[in-house]
Amino acid sequence: MTDLKFEDCLARLEQIVSQLEAGQLSLEDSLKVFEEGIGLARHCAKYLADAERRIEVLAKDDTGALSQKPFAWNPDEEP
Amino acid sequence: MAERAVLTVSQLTDQLRAVVEEQFPAVWVEGEISNFRLYGSGHAYFTLKDEGAQVRGVLFRNRMRRIRFEPGDGQHVLAFGSLEVYAQRGEYQLVVELLEPRGLGALQLAFEQLKARLSAEGLFAESRKRPLPRFPRRIGIVTSPSGAAVRDILRIIGRRFEGLSIVIAPARVQGDGAAQEIAAGIADLNALGDVDVIIVGRGGGSLEDLWAFNEETVARAIAGSKIPIISAVGHEVDVTIADFVADLRAPTPSAAAELVVREKHALIDGLVDLRARLERAMRQRLVRDGERATSLTGRRVLTDPARPLRDLERRVDDAVRHLRHAATAGLRRATHRVEIATAGLRGASPFARLSSGRHRLERVDTRLSGVMTRSLVRSQHRLGAVVGRLDSLSPLAVLGRGYSLTRTPDGEIVRDAAQVTPGDAVEVLLARGRLDCRVERTKERDDRPQV
Repeated sequence: MTDLKFEDCLARLEQIVSQLEAGQLSLEDSLKVFEEGIGLARHCAKYLADAERRIEVLAKDDTGALSQKPFAWNPDEEP
Repeated sequence: MAERAVLTVSQLTDQLRAVVEEQFPAVWVEGEISNFRLYGSGHAYFTLKDEGAQVRGVLFRNRMRRIRFEPGDGQHVLAFGSLEVYAQRGEYQLVVELLEPRGLGALQLAFEQLKARLSAEGLFAESRKRPLPRFPRRIGIVTSPSGAAVRDILRIIGRRFEGLSIVIAPARVQGDGAAQEIAAGIADLNALGDVDVIIVGRGGGSLEDLWAFNEETVARAIAGSKIPIISAVGHEVDVTIADFVADLRAPTPSAAAELVVREKHALIDGLVDLRARLERAMRQRLVRDGERATSLTGRRVLTDPARPLRDLERRVDDAVRHLRHAATAGLRRATHRVEIATAGLRGASPFARLSSGRHRLERVDTRLSGVMTRSLVRSQHRLGAVVGRLDSLSPLAVLGRGYSLTRTPDGEIVRDAAQVTPGDAVEVLLARGRLDCRVERTKERDDRPQV
């Protein structure tokens, strides 16, 4: 599930909620998709929480190859 | 008779040239362009005219480059240059150094011309605009790394959501070559392959300072980007060609940052909402099943009513546990995130959207951990009570052996024929189903041997 793209994860969650709300599923199926939905919601929340902050600046060498270097800046300092 | 002073054509022309070129080394001429021709050499030839006269003009390639608008027939212009006599053809012409549109400034005219041309090409069409990703994980910024714009953007993103990855493609944003560097930055970010949205912009400045964003090179780069682009050039009042081509125009770089991050808050709100709906739907499902079980037992047809009810009870227990867990552990994290973001925002301006999201979260949280689970516990209790009642009624299993029960509409069990009179309605409960009957005749005694 960690491989699941966030957008896909959210889309599946939306689908599950609609299914449950339609109320057409058997109790067993309801519990099954509910379980899955809770898992997806947890996964999405984790995804948001785990996003790692990186600020980089692109650099190009003589051959035109791109590399990324950390960008140093101080938010309190005026330019 | 004096000897005639005869000049050769060349001599005459030389003298004319001397006079003309001495008298008019630098002159401003106002007129309308006609017969404008641009040759492969890069030189352009045209006629300047008014109602009474006309003069030939030439714009050499090296001068042509310095003219920002596209000269064309019918344009009313001011031309600055020197007069030159072209001896071979006996003509004189204005060698133009500068050309300015009369009325509109050259930059405005260039802006209007490029805008009209790209618009006709369909580059500004609504159908070309792509939606911004709901959750950008990586944001690209094309701007000067030392300018005010990059700091504004980083500050706002950092304050609203610290967990975003950002990559800056450095580009000069004014002066010669700026447009090419901006276009290259857009292409480089596209080449990285993992950037979800790009902000292209710079802080405020004069029309000349912002000019790179009005150049075709930049417009084409934006149109060619596979990644959605937000333009953020200057202040609210500054509108550039880049704004028309971009998928979304932000009035300022700060606003662009807010547009990107707002989407993320919307996402958290959406997630919280989805979770609440998920849990509400499940709860309703369980309550409905509970009610069905109750109505089944009301029909007294279950030969062993307690067992399936106990199964259901166990499932309800499981679901209640799920919901409690979800309400406490799962949502706490999202709440925490929003709280952090809100705390950051309190220092700055209040953002209604965020605070409404937080309130929604609080409401959902309360509902989940309180009302909802209580309601589930309630239906669990109700089921428990029903199960207890059914246990005490278990002798009703005899219905399965062919006996039936007769009740008055009030629910009183009929044990004696004297309890009813002809015409009364009674209901007869069978092992499966129920009969609604009307009494035709009563006999206090029947032929059955009395016990």
